[in-house]
Amino acid sequence: MGTDGGHFPRGESGKGAKRRQIAVHPLGASEVELLFSGSWRLGEGLPAPARIVKEFTGDIQRVRLAAHDLDDWDSALPSFAAGLIKLGAARGIEVDASGLPREVQRLIAMAFAVPEQAGTGRSGTRGGLFERVGTATVALARDVPAMLRFLGEVTLAAGRLATARAHFRRGDVWLEIEEAGPKALPIVSVISFLVGVILAYLGADQLRLVGAQIFIADLVAIGMVREIGALMTGIIVAGRTGAAFAARLGTMQVNEEIDAFRTLGVSPIDFLVLPRILALMLMVPLLTLYAGFVGMLAGLVVAYFVFDIGIFEYYTETLRALQVKHFLVGLSKGVAYGAVVAFAGCLRGIQCGRSAEAVGQAATSAVVTGILLITVVASIMTIVYYQLGI
Amino acid sequence: MTAAPPIEVRDLTLAYGDFVVQRGLNFVVSQGDVFVVMGGNGCGKTTLMRHMIGLQRPVQGAVFYAGENFWSAEDEDQQRLKRRLGVMYQGGALWSSLTLGENVALPLGEYTSLAPERIAEVVAFKLALVGLAGFEDFYPSELSGGMRKRAGLARAMALDPEILIVDEPSSGLDPLTARRLDDLILALRDALGTTIVVVTHDIASILAIGTNSIYLDPETHTMIATGNPAQALRSGDPRVRFFLSRGTLT
Repeated sequence: MGTDGGHFPRGESGKGAKRRQIAVHPLGASEVELLFSGSWRLGEGLPAPARIVKEFTGDIQRVRLAAHDLDDWDSALPSFAAGLIKLGAARGIEVDASGLPREVQRLIAMAFAVPEQAGTGRSGTRGGLFERVGTATVALARDVPAMLRFLGEVTLAAGRLATARAHFRRGDVWLEIEEAGPKALPIVSVISFLVGVILAYLGADQLRLVGAQIFIADLVAIGMVREIGALMTGIIVAGRTGAAFAARLGTMQVNEEIDAFRTLGVSPIDFLVLPRILALMLMVPLLTLYAGFVGMLAGLVVAYFVFDIGIFEYYTETLRALQVKHFLVGLSKGVAYGAVVAFAGCLRGIQCGRSAEAVGQAATSAVVTGILLITVVASIMTIVYYQLGI
Repeated sequence: MTAAPPIEVRDLTLAYGDFVVQRGLNFVVSQGDVFVVMGGNGCGKTTLMRHMIGLQRPVQGAVFYAGENFWSAEDEDQQRLKRRLGVMYQGGALWSSLTLGENVALPLGEYTSLAPERIAEVVAFKLALVGLAGFEDFYPSELSGGMRKRAGLARAMALDPEILIVDEPSSGLDPLTARRLDDLILALRDALGTTIVVVTHDIASILAIGTNSIYLDPETHTMIATGNPAQALRSGDPRVRFFLSRGTLT
């Protein structure tokens, strides 16, 4: 006790101005005075209140804070003094700040004017591995009923649409159609052309073994029209439009726009979800058809330039291979993928929380859910069509 | 030679494309002022603030900080000048992925060499100042709008800026909390010598804390220098008296 407190601050403190110091003066057996001097600025570091309180012996009941030769201070000083007061209160030591400059006292008083609210203290820990795995599992289990509920709401809305009682603006459908369809043509063209090229090479390699490279045409045509065109389009649209739906609706959720629809008695499902689902159910099959043609074109180019198959030969072989049912299968898959992508995007958007972070998660989750649902639906449809012999 | 004022705005024109919001803005914010930018909805108050804090380049005119022209300064100098400012945005603008404590701690961690425990103490003090003691571990999305706003003020004053710019401090707050924020603003000015710019249309607050002011007139698209708001209410320009008396004095 009674030591010069100059050893408290460590190295980094003041260069030009005088270093901050706390001198400790005992005032009798139960009282001690802390004398602040020098420069107290946030940029110059702060001592730990706990280190100072620790040095008091059990008899100390009262601590007086006073300033002497104080050069310069910012909120570092009141913040430090408030820390002392809080620590003192916890140990039953009365801390009297009336010796500090008036402005410091005023700030300290303001800081203690609103008491810390009971129950605000949080552990802040994230929980152990088991707890987190458990929470995630419960969340996953809850996700399925939520999805089914949303599916139910959408079905009801579709019912209202069928009986022309759904509230939405037809213009919205056209806007979404434009956004999801024509604007996706460039990326769909590039990807389906390249996939066509890959298919042709893959076929050429295998068919060379049996000397039947002309069947590249069959492979590319049926593959693109029936399966791959729809699959690639579905995935592109999930990444492009599904994510956009989730971000858009999520932001509306953040802005309370969706609540505004609800209080007005307008179903957000009718107004926001239906036009989007309709738009994708219409546009994805069309894009699928387009992707099929671009893929076949790519096959033709590869066959002609690389494998010396005549253009006319390739053309007739393609016509021979393609049947109407292949187009119908491709189109039906396009419709289904469009529906699930729009469903996933809107679902995640409507479920979105109220922060920027939540919007990001909603967009990510929309793409993941969209692609997952596409794969599930694709498998089911493929098996069913096979069993039906289509 | 007297020191250059903390902020000086010369001949500033605010415009979006061809649409001029305000023109011919000239004013000086002196050291220790509580400078009020007032005006009705949509008169360009927030736009003026965005120009003053370096978010929007003026079409014409200049903003000086302590005599340095912000918009003609090099990038580095702009960064240095911006560090003199603390800004509280209208909606709080808290980073939603961080807790309140982390929000206030971030500037301290970036620009001071304080140890993490010291930062935590300073953060606790700043949050207590705005009446949010004990809310460190809450995420902004878990708070009410008024609480977010106050937390935004705590973050704005984290580094004890020389100039504190506050956009609509009292809108969305209950009258008592608004009054407390006014008191806090005055206490900060008195204690730390902070120069304060308040953008607001809250008349009670304007009259209580303003020492100097301008009024942005939406009809003529220019400002009226109004001096001390309480004085302006008594004997100022009729348009300003009309505004400050909520339309009862003409």
